Amino acid sequence: MSSSNCKRRIVGAGAAFGALLVSMAAAANPVPWQMNLPKGATPVSQQIWNLHMAALWVCVALGVLVFGAMFIAMVRFRRSKGAVAETWSHNTLLEIGWTVVPVLILIGLAAPATLLTREMYNSTDAVMTVKVTGYQWLWRYDYISYDGKPVTKVPTIYSRLAADSNAARQLDSGISPYSIKAPDGTNDYLLDVTHPLVIPAGVKVRFLITADDVIHGWWVPDFAAKRDAIPGIMNDAWAKVDKPGTYLGQCYVLCGQDHSAMPVVVKVLPREEFNAWLTAQQNAATLDKAARTARVEPQQPVPAKG
Amino acid sequence: MSSTAQAIHHEEHHQSFFERWFMSTNHKDIGTLYLLFSFLMLFVGGSFAMLIRAELFEPGMQLMQPYFFNELTSMHGLVMIFGVIMPSFVGLANWMIPMQIGAPDMALPRLNNLSFWILPFAFILLLSTFFMPGGAPAAGWTMYPPLVLQGGESIAFMIFAIHLMGISSILGSINIIATILNLRAPGLDLLKMPMFCWSWLITSFLVIAVMPVLAGAVTMMLFDRFFGTNFFNAGAGGDPVMYQHVFWFFGHPEVYIMILPAFGIISEIVPTFARKPLFGYKAMVYAIACIAFLSFIVWSHHMFTVGLPLGAEVFFMFSTMLIAVPTGVKIFNWVTTMWKGSLSFETPMLWAIGFIVLFSIGGFSGVMMALVPADFQYYGTYFIVAHFHYVLVGGALFSIIGAVYYWLPKWSGHMYSTFWSKLHFWSSVISVNVLFFPQQFLGFAGMPRRIPDYNVAFADWNMVSSIGGFWFGASQLILVGVVVHCVFFSKAKATSRVWEHAYGLEWTLPSPAPHHSFTVPPVIDDSQLAHGDVSH
Repeated sequence: MSSSNCKRRIVGAGAAFGALLVSMAAAANPVPWQMNLPKGATPVSQQIWNLHMAALWVCVALGVLVFGAMFIAMVRFRRSKGAVAETWSHNTLLEIGWTVVPVLILIGLAAPATLLTREMYNSTDAVMTVKVTGYQWLWRYDYISYDGKPVTKVPTIYSRLAADSNAARQLDSGISPYSIKAPDGTNDYLLDVTHPLVIPAGVKVRFLITADDVIHGWWVPDFAAKRDAIPGIMNDAWAKVDKPGTYLGQCYVLCGQDHSAMPVVVKVLPREEFNAWLTAQQNAATLDKAARTARVEPQQPVPAKG
Repeated sequence: MSSTAQAIHHEEHHQSFFERWFMSTNHKDIGTLYLLFSFLMLFVGGSFAMLIRAELFEPGMQLMQPYFFNELTSMHGLVMIFGVIMPSFVGLANWMIPMQIGAPDMALPRLNNLSFWILPFAFILLLSTFFMPGGAPAAGWTMYPPLVLQGGESIAFMIFAIHLMGISSILGSINIIATILNLRAPGLDLLKMPMFCWSWLITSFLVIAVMPVLAGAVTMMLFDRFFGTNFFNAGAGGDPVMYQHVFWFFGHPEVYIMILPAFGIISEIVPTFARKPLFGYKAMVYAIACIAFLSFIVWSHHMFTVGLPLGAEVFFMFSTMLIAVPTGVKIFNWVTTMWKGSLSFETPMLWAIGFIVLFSIGGFSGVMMALVPADFQYYGTYFIVAHFHYVLVGGALFSIIGAVYYWLPKWSGHMYSTFWSKLHFWSSVISVNVLFFPQQFLGFAGMPRRIPDYNVAFADWNMVSSIGGFWFGASQLILVGVVVHCVFFSKAKATSRVWEHAYGLEWTLPSPAPHHSFTVPPVIDDSQLAHGDVSH
């Protein structure tokens, strides 16, 4: 790391800490010094966040209790302060208590978790279905159906790591990861792709997830949509994203040398905008096909050159 | 009694160096070999960790190609699990079990020699893969196909090494079971045994139960890679997820193989320095047995995102959460043992208290990730890395170091430096948190594990974590100094009791303990046992 980078990092860190509180609300990207799960952009991700915070606070409370008791014991019952050890080693009531109470706490956590799991597994009534295929090292997206109709004319999207990130990530590239910026100025090093997946806002989108070579993992934290992409197996996940925007994720299953270089980028458009985009894609595909067909006609056999 | 033992102790010293250290059938010498081997492997695996943290110090690739990074993470895991944690627990068992149950030696001394000497060969095979064409296996310590099958010829060496490690630990476990069940001194009922013996008795059954499962999984992998079978090849009707089921059916009990002996050690150390009997001895035994049983029915919590049916997700969530109950009992019992005791904070006690705190933190994150919906956000991230390092470094490794500081005077006959051993503790316990606590934040922020490069948003906590990592790694050099000083240079003689309130048969032997522990079975005096009083 060059020294200018270092200075920028230190200045940036302070600014980022301030920005942390502001950006936690929107939280589409990870932010420097981020310390907690994003709340995300779907009802499910919100509920998971609530469950996560509930579990976290239960753990903090138990930690305070257990470590607190231990700390008090360490202060009060020191031999150096003349403490004399008692000899008891049983207390049936206490032992039953700390067996039963944790069970109750765990049931309190497991019950909502079970209901939420059931909801996450219910991918019926999706308005749109997209097939996601993991390859070493890119994502492929095929639109299967939308609004009850099969989608046939939209070309497949191949989603590779963006060229600027790819250049910078090479060993001894000399390009600082800090210089890789999205048009809006945020750093998108290793989190930007050539062609993102585009989906409509406000409707349930089902992702059929599989892989072609090794196991990958498709995950957008803000959607809480996450499944292993496994060759020979079709998994499904779903998300209903209300807020349009660009959402980022990464492959989370070790898939070889470029595991860190296959980000997931999903662009969520308002429904009308999405419909227009889809139509444009279909037209472009039709035009492209027409153009290709047209080009073939006048083509003459090229004489082979020695 | 002790004079007889010492006479024999002197008699035994006519062995040549080669006879003593290579052909040994003595439980203490083999225990020493196990501990030295795992100590060496700690620095091998640790040096991989240092390289990993160096590459992750800042975003961008600075030191190595991504593939080599994957080799390092894979080998770091394999070396630390099979080369450090497991052999060091076996080493402690070798040293302590005969002394704690009043036996002269292990029940099967020649088997003992074999089970140790398999290990160096296994690790020579494993580590030699770094120098092979195509490099070391790079699919993680979990070796998931199909990725692992893309590796070079070296995976055959890895598989054979794993077979050997499995054989070694099975033989070791058979020996421990035979010793505990057959060689206890008359009157030393099972429920009077020290907790360390109990924890190892149960652990041994886990080892015997699951090591063959791992062997089966990697053998199928070997056949897929070299002999044209398709167990895990989806393209020919195989199932990559089947590997994960088989692997984790081994893998979860394996987790407890690496922590149950730690529970035993902590249950030895805490009562000694609290000067108060262990609270709820029987409950502690039942809790360990209960955890061991549950460990067989929770494996799929390592696979919540592979697309299990809803019913399976819910079942494995419930069974996993159940484990928190007996584990909680253990932690509450340790804290209650300290309550109204007469505490002093010698070095082993510091490590035991460090264990309780760090292991609990790892346990808490375990409860959080047992919740299926939450685990969907944690799975595959640094939160998982933080979790299992809290339980394996803050838990297992801290207990092993605590055990070394607890029993080293008994082994060597000398006291070690209080100042340096306490410095080692404070340096380790602070740096281990600087190292792993930020990794929880990185996981929450969405940083995947097993990546050599990351977005700049993850840079700051990674730098903090790396600094903690180098600090923790350097701190372990203090242990080398303390042990070398204690064994070879220390002038302070250890008494046979060593610690004022240390009870149990091992403390009735002189320090250093004679070559053959109890040539005549000791007469059991319940008041001199750590857990003599089980009547209530």
